[in-house]
Amino acid sequence: REKMWGILRQRGIDGGGLSLRRTRSASVSARSYAAGSKEMTVRDALNSAIDEEMSADPKVFVMGEEVGQYQGAYKITKGLLEKYGPERVYDTPITEAGFTGIGVGAAYAGLKPVVEFMTFNFSMQAIDHIINSAAKSNYMSAGQINVPIVFRGPNGAAAGVGAQHSQCYAAWYASVPGLKVLAPYSAEDARGLLKAAIRDPDPVVFLENELLYGESFPISEEALDSSFCLPIGKAKIERQGKDVTIVTFSKMVGFALKAAEKLAEEGISAEVINLRSIRPLDRATINASVRKTSRLVTVEEGFPQHGVCAEICASVVEESFSYLDAPVERIAGADVPMPYAANLERLALPQVEDIVRAAKRACYRSK
Amino acid sequence: MATSFSATLPLHGSQENRLLLPPIRLAPPPSSFLGFTRSLTIPSSRRLYHAHAARRSPVVGVQEVVKEKKVTNSLLITKEEGLVLYEDMILGRSFEDMCAQMYYRGKMFGFVHLYNGQEAVSTGFIKLLTQSDSVVSTYRDHVHALSKGVSARAVMSELFGKVTGCCRGQGGSMHMFSKEHNMLGGFAFIGEGIPVATGAAFTSKYKREVLKQDCEDVTVAFFGDGTCNNGQFYECLNMAALYKLPIIFVVENNLWAIGMSHLRSTSDPEIWKKGPAFGMPGVHVDGMDVLKVREVAKEAVTRARRGEGPTLVECETYRFRGHSLADPDELRDAAEKAKYAARDPITALKKYLVENKLASEGELKTIEKKIDELVEEAVEFADASPQPGRSQLLENVFADPKGFGIGPDGRYRCEDPKFTQGTAQV
Repeated sequence: REKMWGILRQRGIDGGGLSLRRTRSASVSARSYAAGSKEMTVRDALNSAIDEEMSADPKVFVMGEEVGQYQGAYKITKGLLEKYGPERVYDTPITEAGFTGIGVGAAYAGLKPVVEFMTFNFSMQAIDHIINSAAKSNYMSAGQINVPIVFRGPNGAAAGVGAQHSQCYAAWYASVPGLKVLAPYSAEDARGLLKAAIRDPDPVVFLENELLYGESFPISEEALDSSFCLPIGKAKIERQGKDVTIVTFSKMVGFALKAAEKLAEEGISAEVINLRSIRPLDRATINASVRKTSRLVTVEEGFPQHGVCAEICASVVEESFSYLDAPVERIAGADVPMPYAANLERLALPQVEDIVRAAKRACYRSK
Repeated sequence: MATSFSATLPLHGSQENRLLLPPIRLAPPPSSFLGFTRSLTIPSSRRLYHAHAARRSPVVGVQEVVKEKKVTNSLLITKEEGLVLYEDMILGRSFEDMCAQMYYRGKMFGFVHLYNGQEAVSTGFIKLLTQSDSVVSTYRDHVHALSKGVSARAVMSELFGKVTGCCRGQGGSMHMFSKEHNMLGGFAFIGEGIPVATGAAFTSKYKREVLKQDCEDVTVAFFGDGTCNNGQFYECLNMAALYKLPIIFVVENNLWAIGMSHLRSTSDPEIWKKGPAFGMPGVHVDGMDVLKVREVAKEAVTRARRGEGPTLVECETYRFRGHSLADPDELRDAAEKAKYAARDPITALKKYLVENKLASEGELKTIEKKIDELVEEAVEFADASPQPGRSQLLENVFADPKGFGIGPDGRYRCEDPKFTQGTAQV
């Protein structure tokens, strides 16, 4: 009998814990999930997300250059052609305008395309379709025709790829009403946001980052579940702090976290917010954080004028002006097309030192 | 094959009742493209050039379909079909004339592009389609919407910017959408509708092959001669032929892109020739004759429904008015306008119906009167309708109400376990 009680007690603990975890994954929470013992690269996270969504819904298909036989230009769609066949994984000719338009037309007619751009720089050849036929259609047709399409691909600077391959398009796409723009950082972000994007009934621009593809992140059990997804429009507080708020997205989140550690050594406690969603922008979380810390530093990789940071700064100044103790700080890429030389490229992008310096300036601790 | 025809045709002059050849057999072609030429071609010096050029390729361009006058009693249409065609064309013409009047009275605003003169193309193609077939058009889309079944009231209200319009006043003249009638727009950018139409055709094929549904829907894309110099057009010709999509590319070649003549802007003005370059049949047809257009359309639609792939149809037509109501139309020659005005498609059909005793003048007059009343009633309806409410400004930006992925039950859509059709297997 004691053995039985022992077993029951065990089961009770496990059963309770399991149900707790299940409800946690179903709730909308911006808290960090429990760090699991597993690690996953962003590449694998994206691949598994597309795989699961394709197997769950036969209307989902993938279209893009080199997504099939080449296994994906960056190997994100590896194995999908073998698993789902050429009727669901399309290797297109080099016709961005054409195949993006075909994706939009297929979405009009009820399918759920996932259109890959080899980099978002090439999306400029198709931007008419992303904006005029996808983003604006639900409005122009007064709700009759919605466009459940996902445009995904690497965005922003890579390593030494030159000016025409390094632009960040977050600001351009995020200024268009009718689009949702997401920018994941970690593997969990990548999985959850991509799954949410594919299930979403509206056009989503999914901005990945080539340099993050190979990075490994710890991933929790909940995130590995096939129905896991993250809510669109909610930012995540990666690190709690009380002295200064650092708001950023994509690769810069990693830099901001490193900067926060350096600042902690000097006694400044920085709160790092990972936007995850550029449109809709989570103004509530940003403003709540600024009202707590009274100082704001925003970081992005793209061009400074009319950038994402400009919008965040304007939003904070409009809504939380009386809470601010220092001018808002904005760090962006240099106002030049991306140079090729490695040292110049380094100068053209924000680095950890730049974030540290700006945070110190905001805290009146700069030299 | 007939060889009696040897004179070279002038580029844009085709007389109507040219009795030329042995009867054209519109028999279904065998599975390879070669059969297509057997049914519809007329040899000419130009076609011979083409046959040589296309010797290796299985597709040969078709040049002209001539409406034949058989001695026997089988005409191209029955009385009912004739009356349907006539009514549709009269509706298109009256509606567009009324639009012009309303514009000059200030009830319509912005850009309005009228379709007068081109009715044969819209009627000829769209009256062969079912409700589930899709039509994609350009900014000159009022008559395409009407032919497809959108009510005159809804289109007129949309033009007036009223809430009872087909898009609740949010689209306007250039953006006619109707999910019910599968009118997928109405696009302002030249060439924008072509990839969207190709995507709708792609969905047809996907539904058949992947989702295993019975789907015979075809898509018809209408666009102009100016669009045929745009990159997207060629990209889509390539992919439609590559994937064998059930789509018909209809070029409404009215010779003018605002003030730019087609001959001034195109290296090879014969657009039908561009089809075979991509592996699909290219047909040139007299777009001022609804019966000829209808015969070509029948063949193209049947091909598409059978899964044989796309067709490029160039309809030689003309717009009687300017590019838009704001266009002073100074560059077009009066003689050219007069020449095409003499080939008015409505007059031609009327003549055909009366001469072949398919309908009496009285019956046709009744139809005209009925349409006049319909259009006037549409104007009254639109006038009386209210403008959209202020809250409508922010509606419909996203399909989901708040844009956060929240469904109507207040929960996140992505967390609904029933959102997918199957279970995810990893």
